[in-house]
Amino acid sequence: MTAVIATEGLGKRYRTRWALAGCTLSIPAGHVVGLVGPNGAGKTTLLNLATGELAPTTGTIEVLGGRPAAGPAQLARVGYLAQDVPLYAGLPVADHLRLGAHLNPGWDADMARRRIERLDLDPRQKAGTLSGGQRAQLALTLATAKRPELLILDEPVASLDPLARREFLQDLMETVGERQVSVVLSSHLISDLERACDYVIVLVDSRVRVAGPVDELLATHHLLSGPRRDPASLPDQMQVVSASHTDRQSTLLVRTSGPVLDPAWAVSEVSLEDLVLAYMRQAASPAPRNDHRHLEVRK
Amino acid sequence: MIEFHLDGRSGVAPYLQLIHQVRHALRLGLLHEGDQLPKVKDVAAGLAINPNTVLKAYRELEYEGLVGARPGIGTFVTGTLDGGSLAAHGPLRRELQRWLAKARRAGLDDESIQALFASTFRSAIEEDIA
Repeated sequence: MTAVIATEGLGKRYRTRWALAGCTLSIPAGHVVGLVGPNGAGKTTLLNLATGELAPTTGTIEVLGGRPAAGPAQLARVGYLAQDVPLYAGLPVADHLRLGAHLNPGWDADMARRRIERLDLDPRQKAGTLSGGQRAQLALTLATAKRPELLILDEPVASLDPLARREFLQDLMETVGERQVSVVLSSHLISDLERACDYVIVLVDSRVRVAGPVDELLATHHLLSGPRRDPASLPDQMQVVSASHTDRQSTLLVRTSGPVLDPAWAVSEVSLEDLVLAYMRQAASPAPRNDHRHLEVRK
Repeated sequence: MIEFHLDGRSGVAPYLQLIHQVRHALRLGLLHEGDQLPKVKDVAAGLAINPNTVLKAYRELEYEGLVGARPGIGTFVTGTLDGGSLAAHGPLRRELQRWLAKARRAGLDDESIQALFASTFRSAIEEDIA
């Protein structure tokens, strides 16, 4: 199966600052992907590169096997909901649907109408007078009614209250269940995405810290606690994500594909939120990037 | 039809929670052979969870022989977990209630009762294994 998004050494520089650097990813189809990271980490830059609104400074990016925004056919395959929920404030709900039908050859008018009815939106109401939750729902309707293969949502729930947030995600999950659509959505809060995503990418300081299916990440990360110990003395295949020590005890979050055999450790599982936070906290420490150097030394 | 719920703080993976709830309902006789499980799409929409999570739970239950998928229609219960023991639940519950009353009279508080039950349960299992 083609990757929904495949990048190779992708980078984007604004003047002197790299908003995204050395990004190599291959996201398989059929997932709901959570792109997580603090504000300013490069999430929007990555999404804008995927929609073709930005051109890469270095490297390559393919979306659904094609160049982003390469032509009408490619544009029709990707639905995009930008962070600022792009609607025309002075235009009534019904006109938004008409516009969508006019601009998109694959428009599913039935589905759009049904959704608007179910959301209890008045077709005559102007978009500018809708609540934040309603605006997000209308924008999601527009993005899904074009029947895309990939739906890209930039911080779709950030500005919503908890109820609207839940309703938006319920709606999105129903859409995913109904049609074969892959989704990439970004957020600076993992708790928003924990239930919805089965694939996660952690982006910090313009770099990808970790990416993979949630199941796999949870199965390969463990929290170890035991007598104080130097992390450097751990077996080679264990990658230390975070470590904290008291004078007697060490607590480590490690990534390892094998079982933890050392009986000195008490091993417990980690939640997705803890895992993501641990990667985010690695602030400027280049721990994950050490891998390459390790390999080079051993060669 | 049963309705699923999720405990966000339990730390148990959502798909496992769904499996537990189906098994629990089967054990208590809330679900019978032939009953339909909620549709994947509806569970996803209701709980705001990934449809793949629901599918994974249903596949696992299918693997255990408890449910079967009929393509295009839904997932149905095909097995039971009560092992014909549902009839025995009543008398056992009454015996347990008598035992609980006895434990209270002996001065045990809730926590001690639970601890006693758990430790007896564990040692009984260990004896079984040994």
